[in-house]
Parts: sequence; structure tokens; C-alpha cells
Amino acid sequence: MSEVFIVGAGIHPFGRHELSGLDQGVFAARAALADAGVEWRDVQCAFGGSFAAGDADAALPRLGLTGVQFINVANGCATGGSALLSAYWAIKSGEFDLALVLGFDKHPRGSFNPAPADMGLPDWYGELGMMLTTQFFANKIQRYMALYGISRRTLGLVAEKAFANAVHAPHAWRRAPVALDDILNAQMVNDPLTKFMFCSPSEGGAALILASPARARQLGRDQIRLRGAAMRTRVKGSFEVFSPSLDIERGPSPAEMAAKAAFQMAGLGPKDMNVLQLQDTESGAEIMHMAENGFCEHGAQEKLIQSGATRIGGPMPVNTDGGCLACGEPIGASGLRQVYENVIQLRGQGGGRQVPGNPGIGYSQVYGAPGLAAVTIIGK
Amino acid sequence: MRAIAPDLFIETPEGPRLLGGRRREGGDVVFPLPQGGERAFYEPVELSPHGLLWSWTVQRFRPKSPPYAGDEDERGFQPYAVGYVELPGEVIVESRLEFGEVEPRLGLSMRLEIVPFNHGADGDLQSCYIFRAEGA
Repeated sequence: MSEVFIVGAGIHPFGRHELSGLDQGVFAARAALADAGVEWRDVQCAFGGSFAAGDADAALPRLGLTGVQFINVANGCATGGSALLSAYWAIKSGEFDLALVLGFDKHPRGSFNPAPADMGLPDWYGELGMMLTTQFFANKIQRYMALYGISRRTLGLVAEKAFANAVHAPHAWRRAPVALDDILNAQMVNDPLTKFMFCSPSEGGAALILASPARARQLGRDQIRLRGAAMRTRVKGSFEVFSPSLDIERGPSPAEMAAKAAFQMAGLGPKDMNVLQLQDTESGAEIMHMAENGFCEHGAQEKLIQSGATRIGGPMPVNTDGGCLACGEPIGASGLRQVYENVIQLRGQGGGRQVPGNPGIGYSQVYGAPGLAAVTIIGK
Repeated sequence: MRAIAPDLFIETPEGPRLLGGRRREGGDVVFPLPQGGERAFYEPVELSPHGLLWSWTVQRFRPKSPPYAGDEDERGFQPYAVGYVELPGEVIVESRLEFGEVEPRLGLSMRLEIVPFNHGADGDLQSCYIFRAEGA
């Protein structure tokens, strides 16, 4: 089994753009290649995907028809994370020395409106107005707040931090700070979450170049290793989007399971992580994911967040580029953005959002429909 | 008034009941009763009309159509509560909710009701299930 290095990272800014989703992906791929100091023709295998912007291998005529083994990945909200896992496994197996991971997307405005049948659900479920991802997140945090004493103010602080961090992230979408009171008093979308507490579907592209140890050393890019990468789908008893019914006996979430697996692979624990990117589809998700990933006990978030622990400069900085709240969520690219941000942080290139103290280990976790999570741990 | 979908709920002499499915192997209860190929693995079960509030939210914007099939347009849209009700010993079901003047909280007593929902493609009035807070 070979070690796997991240030798290049590139991104197309998230937000709303004239450019097609595909072209944003190609932009990110070229940026990643340039960052790694390699040519497209050097890439031996590629994994890529988008949720709503077409097949990733449509990038081939633009990048160059080199005959490369390119595999389209389609795996819901874990499309980017799954492309990364695939490339990780390919390099780790020893079969390849250099791989491209690509994710991009471009969604229509407003909430996602999947067809019930595509998720194996009856039509009435959508007709009655119950098939909305926003309702799931609101229901999950509503119950969590009641059980664990999380306040609305803490929900607001998560969003306030996101926009404050994004001011310093050139790839973020919403880069103006928003005052806590404005967040709390904004239009309610799904109680208890206001419009500033939800991320929006958006556009963007992100790409990574992975390499074997020999190739990484040859490129002089053997600083950042992929220490652990794992994905898990839902098990019985977990609370997921689009669930007309739930088991009374509750079970672990996909994030809990993916976190455990990734920590085990890395031989590290939550306390070893220096910078965290946790899926923040809405403010509550960031709060709940802090505990699900093992960074605190359930309920401890209230004090941690109020005390500023998750801010840049705090002991567990979370979502240093503003996360999904400030970047929006182009599904195919979102998980790769998290890893891109950790690469930037580990290299010390974060500028105004740089985590102090030369962070050595970065943790990222993506979550999404229909109930899956992927965790990546990268480190020096 | 007809149900928005067959096999979703039934009327009994004691009032309406949601129709769930009990898996023949293992005995787990699910809602709704699975249809199509999966149906063979479940026996239909009438679920309790009483439950306890498990979580809730309010849908403040009109969902996109499709799939949403409410009669009203953007302007006529009225926010509705939606969440989960635990039917003790059976299963937790997702439902539209009515609280009236009652303050929602975990564990609140809720009761099943059948109410008008929309008009079908043929113009006929269709009904759906909701859970209403006791006393609301």
C-alpha cells in the first residue's frame, strides 16, 4: 500500500457566474495542474463529477484528448468526496502515480426540488410539501436544541463567524460581514433557521492532484499527505433527509461512522486536528457535526461557540473560508472545496483567515442526501 | 373527498388510521406501507392515531412545483408546520402539523386527522393526513 500525497489544488470561485459549470471545473483543473507543476498529459487517471452540470469527462476536449482513464462519478452530495476517494484508492493501490480529482456544479436558484420517484419515494410525499432538504435540517436542529440546550443566539453566531471568515477568502461567495442581530432577525425560512443560517445552492469548481510518494518527492511536493479518507452511508436508526418515517430506536449518523473510520486510518484523534471544515448546510449542521465528528460532547457546543472556540484563533477553528454558508453549495465541488481550504491552511497561505500556529493536520467532513458523509484527514 | 394517494390511510369505526407496514422478517414498522416489489415483505398495519411531538419546523416559503401540489400560488401561500410524531411502540412518522394557539414542544400530545388538501387533475377535492395538537 502506497502513501498518497496532495500535490496540487485549484478552485474556481464559488457564487453566481456567466461561465458554465463545466468551464468552472476546467478552470479549477488547470489551476490544480499549474499548482502541482505538472502537465495534463502527465495525469494517468482522473475521477470527476457534477450533480447538475453534466458529465465531468466533457472536460476532456478542453483539457486535451490524451486518452487518460477518466471515470465519471455520480454520488449525490458525496460526488466530490467520492471522486477523491476513488483517486485515493487508485494511488494507494500502487497502480498509478498521478491522478486528477475534479468536481463542479451550477444549480438553479432556490431550494432543490428532486422528484420523489428518483429517491424511491411515493409522489404524495412531494405533493404534500414534505420533500424539502431545508425541513430536514430544521427538524434535526430543533430537536437537538431542545435536547442539548443550544440557543438561537448560538445558531446566529455560527453564521456570523462564517461571513466574517469569508471576508478573507477570495473563493467565497458572500464576503461581506453580517451583524448577529441582522442574522437573528432576518426572514425565517424553516424555524428556527433564518435565511442567513442556510446555505444556498450555487456554482463553482474545485480540483486536486494526488500523487504517489515517489512522484510527490520528484515534484518537491511531498509535504501534505492524505492520512485518512472514508465515506459511510446511512444505517438503521439515523435521521436523514426525505424520511417519511424513522425508527424509534436511534442509531449513529453517517458522519459519526465516517469520522471513526478516518481517525482509525490516520492513527489520530479529534484532539490532533488543527483546522476543521465541517458540513454547514445550515448553522445547526455545523453545531451538530462538531459532536458527531467527535470534537466535543453533545451540548458542549453552546459554551464552545459562545466563547469563540471555533473562530480563527480559537482552539478548534471551524470553516475558515466561511463554509457552505458563505460559499454556497455547488454539490459536486463542495466537498473538494473543504479539502482545498485545508491545503491552503496547511501551507500557511490563508492570508487574513490563516489559522495561527502553523497548523499541521486538517479535517474535513461533507454530509448530504440521501444520507451519507465523507471525511478526509490531511496532514504534514 | 378522496385520499391524495391509495393505501395512505383508512377510515375505521374508531376514526382514521395511517397505514404502515410491519416487515415480516424482524417486525420493524415503517410508514407508508411500501408499494410495488417491496410490498410482499410487509404486512399492512393500522398505526396509532395518537402520538407525541418528536420535532417540528414551519415551512415559510412555497415549495417548488413539481413536486408540491398545493392549490395556492405564491401569493396565496400560507406557511404550514411540518415535523415528526412518535407513535409509541410503533414508529416515528413525518406529517403536516397543526398547533393552533398551542406552543410546540417535544412530547406534546398529537392526534391524527384527515383534512382537505387540494384539487386533483380532474378537479376533485383530495384529502391528506395531519397531526393536530391536543386542545388546538
